[in-house]
Amino acid sequence: MLRSWPTIFALLALAAPALVSDAQEQKPIRIGFSIAQTGPLSAGGKPGLLALQIWRDDVNARGGLLGRPVELVVYDDQGNPALTPGIYTKLVDVDKVDLLIGPYGTNPTAPVMPLVKRRDLLLFGNFALEANAQLHHDKYFNIQPWALAKDSAAPFLQLTKPLGAKTIAILAADAEFSQVAATGVRQELKDYGLELVYDQNYPPSTVDFSSMIRALRAKKPDVVYVASYPSDSAAIIRAANEIGLGDNVKLFGGGMVGLQYASLMEALGSQLTGVVNYHVWAPEKTMEFPGVRDFLARYQDRAKQANVDPLGFYLPPFDYAIGELLAQAVTATKSLDHKALAKYLREHEVKTVVGPVRFGANGEWASPRIIYVQFRSVEDKNLEQFRKAGKQVIVAPEAFKTGDVIPFNQARK
Amino acid sequence: MRGGNRFLAAAVLVLIAALALTHTVQNEYFFFAGYVVLQFVVLATAWNILGGYAGYVNFGSGAFFAVGAYTAVALIKALDAPLIVQVIAAFLLSGLLGFGVGALTLRLRGIFFSIATVAVAVICETAVINWRFVGGSRGLAILQPAAPLWFESYTRFLFVVMALIAIFSVALARYIQISWIGRGLRAIRDDEDAAECAGVPTLKLKLAAATLSGALMGAAGAPFPLYMSFIEPTSVFSLNYAVSALAMPIIGGTSSWVGPVIGAVLLASVQQIVTVTISSELNVLVVGVLLVAFVVAAPQGILGLAERLIRSRGVARGALGARDNGIGDRS
Amino acid sequence: MTPELLIEAVVAGILLGSFYAAVSIGLSIAFGLLDVPHIAHPAFLVLGAYGAYLLGQHGLDPLLAGAALTPLFFLGGVGVYRFYHAAFERHGSDKGLRGLAFFFGVAFIVEVGLIRVFGVDQRMVEAPYIGKSLALGSMRLPLRMLVPFAVALALTIALSLYLSRTFAGRAIKAVAQDQTALALMGADPVRVKQWAFGIATATCAVAGALLIILGPVEPGLGRLYIGRTFCVAVLAGLGSLPGTLAAGLILGIAESVVLTSFGASWAPAVAFGILLLVLAVRPAGLFGR
Repeated sequence: MLRSWPTIFALLALAAPALVSDAQEQKPIRIGFSIAQTGPLSAGGKPGLLALQIWRDDVNARGGLLGRPVELVVYDDQGNPALTPGIYTKLVDVDKVDLLIGPYGTNPTAPVMPLVKRRDLLLFGNFALEANAQLHHDKYFNIQPWALAKDSAAPFLQLTKPLGAKTIAILAADAEFSQVAATGVRQELKDYGLELVYDQNYPPSTVDFSSMIRALRAKKPDVVYVASYPSDSAAIIRAANEIGLGDNVKLFGGGMVGLQYASLMEALGSQLTGVVNYHVWAPEKTMEFPGVRDFLARYQDRAKQANVDPLGFYLPPFDYAIGELLAQAVTATKSLDHKALAKYLREHEVKTVVGPVRFGANGEWASPRIIYVQFRSVEDKNLEQFRKAGKQVIVAPEAFKTGDVIPFNQARK
Repeated sequence: MRGGNRFLAAAVLVLIAALALTHTVQNEYFFFAGYVVLQFVVLATAWNILGGYAGYVNFGSGAFFAVGAYTAVALIKALDAPLIVQVIAAFLLSGLLGFGVGALTLRLRGIFFSIATVAVAVICETAVINWRFVGGSRGLAILQPAAPLWFESYTRFLFVVMALIAIFSVALARYIQISWIGRGLRAIRDDEDAAECAGVPTLKLKLAAATLSGALMGAAGAPFPLYMSFIEPTSVFSLNYAVSALAMPIIGGTSSWVGPVIGAVLLASVQQIVTVTISSELNVLVVGVLLVAFVVAAPQGILGLAERLIRSRGVARGALGARDNGIGDRS
Repeated sequence: MTPELLIEAVVAGILLGSFYAAVSIGLSIAFGLLDVPHIAHPAFLVLGAYGAYLLGQHGLDPLLAGAALTPLFFLGGVGVYRFYHAAFERHGSDKGLRGLAFFFGVAFIVEVGLIRVFGVDQRMVEAPYIGKSLALGSMRLPLRMLVPFAVALALTIALSLYLSRTFAGRAIKAVAQDQTALALMGADPVRVKQWAFGIATATCAVAGALLIILGPVEPGLGRLYIGRTFCVAVLAGLGSLPGTLAAGLILGIAESVVLTSFGASWAPAVAFGILLLVLAVRPAGLFGR
């Protein structure tokens, strides 16, 4: 019978930490999330975390929330969807956090959704595309201003008309984000009279794209739409430069994650010229929301010390806005009850550094605000150029446009 | 058969303990972690049937585990089949895979079998990646059904299910060990040619072991999609399963069914505790380092060390690690 | 698939294939000739790539870095073999299981160690020939593939000559065939094997540099190369170096054609598919002894 004792002891050892109760006065409000600090998404995750830390410091300097200090409980998920279910179970059951923010990125968020739905928890999506499209969880809100994939694809596809494009090639990573994004494009193709001549999915582990670029070039498409994650984005841009996309291509880019990271923009340099890709903010005159410049100045100051993304145009203002939204909801409802907070967020518009935010169906922005930027005459190894207007010209949608799109093959000459 | 009765009693006790825990322990995370520990008991026990008893090293445990998991996913999606059907189907299909790999390579030297298992893992993974119905490489979210009667949550229910599978695996491994099959497999491990000459049906025995071993790994994988609520190929085909399934028996001791159980409970618990507090790389590093240390310095594992300790204290014959009578009779 | 595209795919496959030969040549020696179950070979390869990356951070060309690291890798290989011999080979018992488990553990430690030090991020090197390509008619061949092609070819030919023409090389071949005969001739088999394992490991420094020239490297990359290197080594017929080159080319062309016509999602299975086929049909390999 002794044989079963090790089992029981081990199980008890596991249970022990759970039995220890916590009795603290003025307990801080704990906000838990995972965000990639290593791995391909880390170049986006590190600045995102810094922005949330800046928000935490701001809030605590003002006396905290409901008179309690705010504390962040953070894990590194490496952008890996396999790690997030465990991390979020731990955040809820072991760390017992009061509020949850989602992992950065669509892929790591998807596995967390069934969990928050089952436990009926409030989750603030952090750049997750259509994560709630199937589950319709009423306590989910996404800070990424994209809404549905097909709405996000529309401004890009509208660009094909003035360019006279007839054929399109799609290259998409076989992962949650890129598949959703590419499906959005495929759904809308007919409306723009585009013929799909090449449609290829590749596994996320792919490092060499020269074979696929060769096959793609042989189809002579007018438009090349790519949905990819940071490391593949870089590899595809490089392969496109080595092998060449062919003389027909008038529009190249679309849904490439990573071309918003300062490190990749600097590393790819002139290879980016002419690429048209999605973004959420650029230093252009149509993007001057009250407070955003002030925030970016403070961010850039701390980023220098922390040695993370010196520009901070992608996640930081929006992640700071997550903090503002949560703070506003908690202060207004005077509670940490997820039901009350979700109700408040569903019903109120909140002013943030990225402008007023109002949520609509499935917790997405009521009026989406994705922008497409075209890289113009980019120089190699020069980060400073991106701080000025004119390097990432907003070519779509109409409401935020700061320039007309130049055909890819001409932009390259 | 006093040993047999004692084993039965212990098995029933473990099951009762598992059931009792689901009604006494409050924290949900305990079951989330405990499930993993039990799952590794199954994997380690299954690996040991072929690896420990017969000496054929399977590097593809992840593949068998994943085939089990994806069998369950396909059944959930296509038929909404109940969990018991998923587990049985996974058991059969992974067993078939084990048989196939064995038939292909068990005639060759041991290392070719090992490499073939790596190959099978990658080929299965590629097949799943290209199989849109079960989510491809993008993965698939699976909602847990409502918790069954008697259980506060579905995770608690799965914890008990995994405890049942673990008890079944250990009982099967124990039966194989003390029966003529185990004797034959040990003869193969010690000297295959000699065994062949002595009339041991080596290929048949190896095939049987490969089949059962694969089948149990598949059964371990079957509840995984419901447990995680999400499945994607990279994590289920992960090499971490292969390393753990191999390291746990070697660390515990491969000569008896007790070894893998000790190794799995010890290692998996440590891993779970380490994961709660420290980073996840560190916990796999621990497994790798322990594996190498034991292979080099204590090839008989913890069982061997315990046996040596007991011997040196003058006890003539320790209960632990006794090979042929399977379970020790003193408790 | 158009004929032009097929030709392009085959040419790319030849370039890739010679690279596969270069990364497998160490395994052909260690596993094919010395009978060491060297599952950790691909991990050493990745280690070589990170070595080239580290030296590259100080401005050294990756190829020079690879060459500079060979003595270090050679000594490392000698050390690993001595340890392996003392711990497993000498006793002989249970050698297969324990040896395999040992190298598997080593591979795993190398991988996780690299993650601890460098993180899971992809690393790449800079060199004048990376990012440029050579235009041949309408075909564009990236220099980052042409350079490994040339180096791999040179490495394979040099090692083949070494094994067949020099005394030490012949001793290595002899130890693979008949240890006792070699011992009777007055050579110490263990020393010969130690020397050979050192060479096998040293090739990882150069081949690792090629790996990181070809594309970005991350710690888990070794796993993909378990299949590729063992496929090449087994297909070659254990221990045959010209066979290694031929097998590498077969794998390279097969992968490239599959990549171009079916896309990347099927490519990883090519190497393992060939491997399983060879094991089932002709385990002695194409050029087997």
